[in-house]
Parts: sequence; structure tokens; C-alpha cells
Amino acid sequence: MSGRPILWAPLVAFILLAAFLTYGLAKPDDTNITSKMVGAAVPPFRLPPATPGMPGLASADLAAGKPHLVNIFASWCVPCAAEAPQLRAIADAGVPIVGIAVRDRPEALADFLHRYGNPYARIGSDNASQVQMALGSSGVPETFVVDGRGMIRRQTIGPINPQDVADTIAAVQAAR
Amino acid sequence: MIAEAGLAALWLGAMLCALQLVLAVAVLGPSSRNSPSSSTSPSSKRTLGSPAAGAALSSRDPSVRWDDEGVEEVGLARLVQPVAVAQAVLTALAFAALIALFVRVDLSVLLVAENDNSEKPLLYRFAGAWGNHEGSMLMWVTILGLAGAAVALLERRLVPRMLIATLGGQAAIGLGFYAFLLFASNPFARLDPAPPEGRGLNPLLQDPGLAFHPPTLYLGYVGLSVAFSFAIGALVTREVGPAFARAMRPWVLGAWIFLTLGITAGSYWAYYELGWGGWWFWDPVENASLMPWLAATALLHSVTVLATRDGLRAWTIMLAVVAFSMSMVGTFLVRSGILTSVHAFAVDPRRGSFLLALLLIYIGGALALFALRVGTVREGNRFDAVSREGALVVNNLLLTAVLGIVLVGTLYPLIVEAVSGTKLSVGPPYFNAAVGPLALLLVIVMGAGPLMRWRREDVAPLLRRLAPAAALLVAVLVALRLLVPSIGLLPLLGLAVAAGTAVASVAPLWRRNLLRTPLFTWGMVVAHLGIAVALAGMACDSAFTVERLVAASVGQTVTVGPYSVRFAGVDPSFGENYEAMEATLEVRRGQGDPAFLRPQARAYWSPPTETSESAIRTVLDGQLYTVLGKQADDGRWQLRLWWKPFVTLIWFGGALVALGGALALVGRVARDVRARRREAAFA
Amino acid sequence: MRRALILALLAFATPVLADSNMPAAPLADVQLADARQEAAATALMETIRCLVCQGQSIADSNAELAGDMRSLIRQRIAAGERPEAIRAWLVRRYGAWVSYSPALTPVTWPLWIAPLAFLAIGVAVARTGLRRRRRR
Repeated sequence: MSGRPILWAPLVAFILLAAFLTYGLAKPDDTNITSKMVGAAVPPFRLPPATPGMPGLASADLAAGKPHLVNIFASWCVPCAAEAPQLRAIADAGVPIVGIAVRDRPEALADFLHRYGNPYARIGSDNASQVQMALGSSGVPETFVVDGRGMIRRQTIGPINPQDVADTIAAVQAAR
Repeated sequence: MIAEAGLAALWLGAMLCALQLVLAVAVLGPSSRNSPSSSTSPSSKRTLGSPAAGAALSSRDPSVRWDDEGVEEVGLARLVQPVAVAQAVLTALAFAALIALFVRVDLSVLLVAENDNSEKPLLYRFAGAWGNHEGSMLMWVTILGLAGAAVALLERRLVPRMLIATLGGQAAIGLGFYAFLLFASNPFARLDPAPPEGRGLNPLLQDPGLAFHPPTLYLGYVGLSVAFSFAIGALVTREVGPAFARAMRPWVLGAWIFLTLGITAGSYWAYYELGWGGWWFWDPVENASLMPWLAATALLHSVTVLATRDGLRAWTIMLAVVAFSMSMVGTFLVRSGILTSVHAFAVDPRRGSFLLALLLIYIGGALALFALRVGTVREGNRFDAVSREGALVVNNLLLTAVLGIVLVGTLYPLIVEAVSGTKLSVGPPYFNAAVGPLALLLVIVMGAGPLMRWRREDVAPLLRRLAPAAALLVAVLVALRLLVPSIGLLPLLGLAVAAGTAVASVAPLWRRNLLRTPLFTWGMVVAHLGIAVALAGMACDSAFTVERLVAASVGQTVTVGPYSVRFAGVDPSFGENYEAMEATLEVRRGQGDPAFLRPQARAYWSPPTETSESAIRTVLDGQLYTVLGKQADDGRWQLRLWWKPFVTLIWFGGALVALGGALALVGRVARDVRARRREAAFA
Repeated sequence: MRRALILALLAFATPVLADSNMPAAPLADVQLADARQEAAATALMETIRCLVCQGQSIADSNAELAGDMRSLIRQRIAAGERPEAIRAWLVRRYGAWVSYSPALTPVTWPLWIAPLAFLAIGVAVARTGLRRRRRR
């Protein structure tokens, strides 16, 4: 041994570096960006109807005393179609679902609802993703649980799978 | 059959590599224990770290030592060289076999089926062989083998013991990568049944850049492995002195030239291919290639101090270890995908753990060896603070600080996530603010350093020599501030420093007979000038770029910078494996003749992907950069146009730097050869 | 699914099916008339990370959401909002991740100290070397 501990500093620094690299390798690959708005109130917004014959959506609708499921979706999004049966089941269980259609055309949306079913009570049209961004959402589909006072309680990124249905219903009911 | 032959060649190469390591250990092991003249004898061990021991070691004539050693060992040692050469031939055969498989589109090989496609042009079937993880690792091992053979055949200045130790180090590195290939990423695995067609290559990689950029970068990385092996050899044999430095210098220089070329080419490739006019994003993958370059640049300069003045011994060894460590860390970052990147390439986290293990063994081992052994080589010659050596120390200090900043900035998101669980991003605002000032200082020191004498310099004459450059620097600073009040601080300083150092860089040639000036001095001047030129290009690009985004209808004319651009129309166009919409832009500068630019929006079939191909007009004072976007509902097309004054200086400067390196390399090697001939004539 | 697809390929090589085919948001690719406002917007866009491709700023991204974010930024700048307020608005929604410019917080101060620390260590090492030299 040379008796100069400073000479071991590079090795120590490297081991520290390697520890972080190991962490990087071991951590689950999670590229989802979660919304930091969970726990906060839905920001004020007002969206026009996304398709003829259905009402649009405003933030006031979400603070009227009943909890809601807010589904951000689009007719051009493939996983959104896969999610449709689960939303149907949730709506059938008595949970009110409102939709925010991102970058969508009325006729394409009508076709989508006709083909995959319409579980929505209201659908707002968010043509430039402005409300999506205001909610801290970064893709479609995403689903938020909003309680009766208009507070965001939970965010689900990606489609709701069949095994998530019961859990989602429970989350909305717990949000009263 | 080709695949099996390739795999067999690879296995044989791996075995020879193991043999090379065993031989090296056998030669070095007993002699260092038994030979009385060996430096590991107990008597010298007690004096570790004392200046006397260092001086005694380096002053001893190496050739005498070699004669001291047993005949048997010399016999064994003679075997190491042919083994290294045979190993190189075998890996090269394996690599050639893989290229043949890709060119013939042999879909019964898994790797070919996943990355090749018979509709692809020949160039990309050829280059596609290394456009994937397995192929590029095979290329890495091939270059490693070739470098080892080159050391074995060409290196004449090293003490034989050290040559053997170096080849042993090279074999130790090689063995890990052979294992990686054979056990975790076999490029020759078969696929049964063979699919009717291959999946094809990512369209962004279908570019001549692929044929050029990865091989140059790998030559650089692997060249640094030679420097690393030299350092290991030096630590094992305790021979750190000017002779060692002079032997190592050409390898470092060669690696550095290729790294410079690789980074420059990669930057230009990203610039025209990504279609947003950016040439450097401080992206993790870019940083991964920059870090070895920074370390190699520092090493190149410290090795010069060691060769010329026998100073900075331990530091040079450390840098050699760090430089190759950075190329391995870079490879790991790129391959493991632990950081998100635009240039994500062949990402595979499963293999990341294998690479990480190699990283731990080699870097950890080398640093441990360093800590144990470097006490014997710590002392070197001393010098004044104001001297050529002093400037080179400052250069090393700044380069290392920049390297540290880039490393920490790149990994910081990972560190924060590990410690606190939150996600954050570190990007251009941080790097520009942290690296920018240091880089400017570095460039100033670069300009001043060569005007200083070795050992000791008086301040007054130095200032006199620096006066013209400093005057120009201040003049440019003032003029720009007055003429372009809106200019940002970093571009302003960048342009002024670039002007001043450009003059200072060529100052070493003043009042010299240009024909009798040594080639390596020319090399230094050209390389330093290249840095100043590149800096000017970067500053111009960020200060003066003009951007125009328009939704244009056919026939409309837009002006951008000095150009008027008439949108003449859009037509469909077809390539070998894509279809495209191609815009025709009639561009005209002042009253000059029109030229035509044709940016495309492409749709590839396999894999189905959309890309936009920029069209660029290059003139002496800059580039007009055009991109075709989407068509809007009203029929107009989105055009993105940039006028980028003097942006080409960035890559021209990079090329100058590499050219300077090449001149220096040729100069050094020629001088060595002449010296050897002279010795032979007298013998 | 859409995310996975996009991340699996290079960020610029957009998979064909993932787009909405809607026209870009109003100010996604339209510059502001006021050059100073446009410069401020561009400077901000270059430091906001694209949520879809994640390896680039929204100024350099072809993703639709990046276009929508550019549009949002230009609108707010045109309305007189300060760039740092817009950044704060985005960070409030997506966390510090969305900004390439790490703010000075307890979590990031080691990052901002690092350059000075490296320099200080380097100078200290070089000076001990020099002092030893002078003593000889």
C-alpha cells in the first residue's frame, strides 16, 4: 500500500458511479410522466361539444357534487378502442364518465362512438390539447378520477384493462 | 455455412485471445518475482513513492534488463506477437462473414432477419451489418483485435517486457468482449424457419452517415483501449517515463483523430437528418461520445509533457485509464438505454448488465492497480507555473473539469431519481451555462500556451507575443457589441475569443522558415486553428441564424436571410424502399441565378416510418436549410426554412482539428522512423 | 401502446398510425409577428422537454403534442405572459422533468455547485504540486 488514501479516491468515485449505473439498470423502465395535478382542483376550462347531439364539458360540470371519471381519448387512438368495453362496464355500474376528445373530428368521433359504444355523459372537444395539458396529461388514453368538489384524486396512464374495472369503480365511489 | 464459419472464427479468436493473456502472464509473472533487476524486488518496494526510486527506475537502460531475463521467457514472449496477429485475422474473418450475410440477405440468420431487407440499397445492406447491437459489438472486437495486432507488429520503442504487458492488457479487455459476444450477443444465431423477408433497418439509419460515423467512433474508442493497455503495462512493469510516453503518443493521437472525426461526422449527420437545424443537443448519447474525446484531448497534452519534460507521470497514467473508462461508460449508456436519447441505438437493458460487469472488472481493476502501484511513479520533473507545462496543466485542469461537468450533468437525473425518487431533466441551459465559460477559458489558454517556452517563461515577453491576438479579441468584442446590440453574451464572447485565438494559433509559425518547421508543429497549429474556427461557427450559428416557418401555397415566395425562396410545387417521388412527397423550392440570392432545393417528406415501407429529409444549399458564407412539413386542410404546405451564416465552420473546424492531428501523427512517426534508421546505420 | 411504439423507434421516425391527421394547433408552426416575442417563445421552447418522444425539446420535435405545446407557449407569450411563468405553469403540471433548465432547488444545488467544485479540486491539486516544486 502506498499509504496515500487520496490515490484510492478515483476508485471510490468510480464505485459510486457504478452504483448509480446499477440502479439505472435495475429500476423498472418507466417512461410515464405522471400528472402533478393529482390532489389539486381541476383548472377552470370550458370545452365545446365534440360531436353533434352531445353536450360539451366545462370544469363546473365536475364540481357539482358528484364524482366523475374523466377519460381523455381520441377516435384515432388504437388503445382507446381497446379500452371501450371496460368504460362501458364502468358506466353500467353507475359511474358517470365524461370524455375529453383530443384532436378529433366530429364525424370521426361519431363513427368511433357508433362502433365501440358511448359510455360518456358529456364529451368536450380539445382540439389543441390545451385542457389535456392543463390537467397534466401527456397522452391518450388517460383517465382521471375527480371527486364531487372538483378535486383530482387519481390518474391512470394508458388504457383501463379488464382487471382494473372493479378497482376504478371503487376509486370513484371512494371519491365522494 | 457462412454463419457457422464466422462463429467458428470468433471462437478461435477468443481462444487465441485467452492464450495471449496466459502467455503474457507467464512471461511477466516469474521474471518479476525472480529477476534481481526487476523493480518489484523487495528492496525497491520499500522505497515506493520516493523521488529517488522514480529517477533510478527511469534512468536504467531498458535493454540491459531484457538481457537479464531468462531465454525461456524470451521464447514465450516471441509467441505473443503471432498470436495477437492470428487473433486479429480471425476476428476480421468473422466480421467479413457477417457483412457477407447482410449483403446476401441470408434470412436464416436471426440478426439479418431482424435488421436487413432485400429491398434495401447495397450500401445499407453492407453498413447495416453494424447498424445493430450484435454487429456493432463484433465490429468493436474486430477493431480491438486489429489494434492489438498493430501494436504487436509496429511497436518498436517499448521495452519488450512492457510490450508483452500491453498486449496482455489488450487480451484481457478482448476476452471480456469475446465473452459478451459469444454468450450474450451472438451475431450468427440461426433462425428456423427463415422468414420470407427481413424487417429492415430503421430509415433514419439508412444514410451514408451509418457507413462512416460508427466505424470512426469505434476506431477512436478502441484506440483508447490501446492507451489503457499501455497504462496497465506501465503500472505492471513500473516503466513510466519519456520513452513510454513517446511510445504511447501515436496511439493516443490516432484514437483522438478518429474520435474527432466520428463526433464531427455524427454531429453533421444529426444536423441534416433530424431536420430541425440543430447540431448539438447535449443529449446523453452525444455526451457519451464527447466525454472520451475530452479525456483523450487532456491525455494527448499530458502525454506531451511526459514525453518532452518527464512531468505529469501519474496524471498521464490516470488519464489513460479515464479515457478508455469513458468510452466504456459511453458504450454502456448508449446500449443499456438507462437514459432517454434522441439517438437511441440498439438499446437492450438485459445486455446492459453484462456490459456493467465488464465495466466494473476493467475500470475497477485498473483504478485499484493505479492506487496500489502509482506511488512508484508519482514523481516527475518540476516546472514553473508560467511555462508551457504550466499552460498544459491548466489545459488539463479545465478539460477535466468540463469532463466532470458533462458526466455529472448527464447522470444527475439518474442520481436524483435514485436518491429522492423525483424525475428531473438536465439539458442545454445547464450545460451551456456550466461548460460555456470554462470552454472559452480553455480556448484562450490553448491560444496562449504554444507561445510559451518550456520550463520557465517571463511574463513581459509573453505579453508582447500575445498582444496582437489580445488586441484583435478586444476589437471584435467592442465592434460586435456596437454593431449587433442584441447578441447574446456567450456568442459574443465566443466570436471574440475565436478571432483572438485564431491569430494566436498561427503565431508559432511567425518568423519561422515554414518549410523547415516540423510537421508536428504544423499539426498543432492546424488543430488549434480548427478549434477557433469551430468556435466561430458555433457562435455565428447561435447569434445570427434566421428562422422562417410558413404555411406556403404553391407559387408563394418567402424570404429568409439573403435568400428568396419560391415554393414551385410538390410532386410524388419514389426511392428503392420508400415513397415521398418532394417539394421544389426555387431559391435565389439577390439577382443571382436560381438554384433548386428538393426537401422530401418520406414514408418508408419496412419498417413503416415517416421521416423528413432536409435539403440544404451550402455557400461560402453559410447554409440555407429547408424542410417540408405536413399539408394543411386548406392545401398549403408547411415549410421550415433557416438561413445559418457560417454554420459550416463548425464541421470544417472539426475537420481541421482532425487534419492537424493527422499531420502531427505523420510528423511524429516519420521522425521515429528516421531516428530508427539512423540507429541502424550506426549499429 | 402508442407510447411504447414511439419509444421503441427513434423519436423522429414517427410510426405511421399514431397521428390524428388533424391540422396542427394554430401557433404550432406559425411565428409570432413581434420578433422579440417570437425570440422569447423560441428560447423557452428550446428548454421544454417533449412529453412524447422525451429525448428532445418541443422546438425540435415532430410529435403533435409538442406542436400543441408550442402553440400554447406562443399564445401565452403573445398575451404578455412571462416565459418563466409559463415554465412554472408546465412544471406545476408535469413536474421538474418537463424543463431542461433545472431550477435552483435543494435537489439541484449539488449540480450547480459541481462546476465550481471541480475547478476548486483541480486548482488545489495543481497548487500542492507547485508548492512542492517551490520548496525544493
